[in-house]
Amino acid sequence: MRKLFIIAALLAATGAQAETPRDFLTRFEKEAGAAASAERGARFFNTKQGGEWSCASCHTDKPTQAGRHAKTDKPIAALAPAANAERFTDAAKVDKWFRRNCNDTVNRLCSAQEKADVMAWLLTIK
Amino acid sequence: MKRLIPAALLLLAVSAHADNYSLPKHAVFEEECASCHMAFPPQMLHADSWRAMMGDLSHHFGSDASIDEKRRAAITDFLVTHAGGRKTGTTRDASGKPLLRITETARFEKKHREIAPATWKRASIKSPANCTACHARAAAGDYNERSINIPK
Repeated sequence: MRKLFIIAALLAATGAQAETPRDFLTRFEKEAGAAASAERGARFFNTKQGGEWSCASCHTDKPTQAGRHAKTDKPIAALAPAANAERFTDAAKVDKWFRRNCNDTVNRLCSAQEKADVMAWLLTIK
Repeated sequence: MKRLIPAALLLLAVSAHADNYSLPKHAVFEEECASCHMAFPPQMLHADSWRAMMGDLSHHFGSDASIDEKRRAAITDFLVTHAGGRKTGTTRDASGKPLLRITETARFEKKHREIAPATWKRASIKSPANCTACHARAAAGDYNERSINIPK
């Protein structure tokens, strides 16, 4: 009985940390207070939003494939969850990269709606 | 004469060794710094330069490379501990500020003086910061002459 309790506690602890890409879509939609649009997300991702680069400059317009850093040429693993199971499973990483990459491409932080839209689009790509 | 040969060989070995960097391991440094560019050997810059660079990661050569404070402090410690000494040459620019780019150091300039400006701009090279374009084994710390292959 005691063992079972420990296992259950461990499961709960790991379950609290590991997140799925869908969890982020839900979170951003909730923060935005509106449903996401994959179509809007695709447009946002693939066109320049004020900065020198768009998201696609590094991640390509088909993010199931690997990209390359626009400046350093360093290979970047695929971003779409369908192609890379590690993506969007860690809140600290997701928040860090949205913060940095939005500053680089949009010259400001992205809104919850923008993040929800991009998430929705990334989840539709197979 | 017989003695001269081993001496010459020894000299060759020593000069080749000079372009090898030992790569101290640091998981956080590798995870954070090597996601956008290769993990440059800490020995390539002076401690003052690393401190200055790590003090303004939000403006990192035109990109936002900010990370959380705990990780920032850990990486700074690591870089400062393994930073280059006099070998990096002048460590400050004309106005007295620490040099931030490895490519601005006297050592880098001296080692690359035969490279024409147009060569750096080739699509296969892109930037002087792209070490691996020509130094195939740069990621292993090997910058030896014999490992160089300048792509067309």
